[in-house]
Amino acid sequence: MPEITSPARMAHLERLIQFVARHAETAHFPTQRIREIELAVEEILVNIFSYAYPDTTGDVSLTCRVEDDLRLVLEISDTGTPFNILNVPAPNVAAGIYERQVGGLGVFFVKKMADEAHYRRDGDRNILMLIFGRHRHGAEGQEHAGGVQK
Amino acid sequence: MEIENTGKEKDRFIITVTGRIDAVTAPEFETRLLDWINAGETRLIVDLGGLEYISSAGLRSILTIAKNLKTKQGKLALCSLRDTVKEVFEISGFSTIIPVCESVAAAVKEK
Repeated sequence: MPEITSPARMAHLERLIQFVARHAETAHFPTQRIREIELAVEEILVNIFSYAYPDTTGDVSLTCRVEDDLRLVLEISDTGTPFNILNVPAPNVAAGIYERQVGGLGVFFVKKMADEAHYRRDGDRNILMLIFGRHRHGAEGQEHAGGVQK
Repeated sequence: MEIENTGKEKDRFIITVTGRIDAVTAPEFETRLLDWINAGETRLIVDLGGLEYISSAGLRSILTIAKNLKTKQGKLALCSLRDTVKEVFEISGFSTIIPVCESVAAAVKEK
């Protein structure tokens, strides 16, 4: 399976996102869906860059494949602090401007955009598997983000 | 990301942003707008018709700018959101806290 490993640093964000986007482009996913996938990937990567290696530096690895041109299956892994990002509580998306917090919005987008999201800890690795169909499933996936739904 | 002042109508300062506002470019976006605000432009219209992508880092910058303008009795309007950018605003509820207009012309007409 195609894989890319890179230092977990912001300078590599675009290259890592492009690695995933190219798979979706090759399978002719709609442009808007590719942007949605890029969004989910960015949110996960930025979280890893910011928090996975608090006292040191480390790598992030991505593996990606598209099954039958229908499902893009992505795994993002790091060897940092054990952390299940899917447990981050959803933000209150109905809060007013002064009460608004942006914390938690990133993972909220991930859950909205991916058809499936699964976390596992394997040895010293955090592994997040994300699966994207060719089109975003309605507002609610199987991962209930809580908060306010339309 | 490209960002520029593309005009002024009445007292509304018009800014056009194209490309992507992501975790890498959001700090520059925020700094440029805050510079204009600190220079006295407190009624901003931001044309996002050429913006193809925004992430939570970009939303965080927009929230910072909107809060800053509130303290100055200023005003922020975003225009011409499309595709994924529009979707991100709707999913996050940002379209309910930041005024969003169909076009720059429509935003200029708002008080």
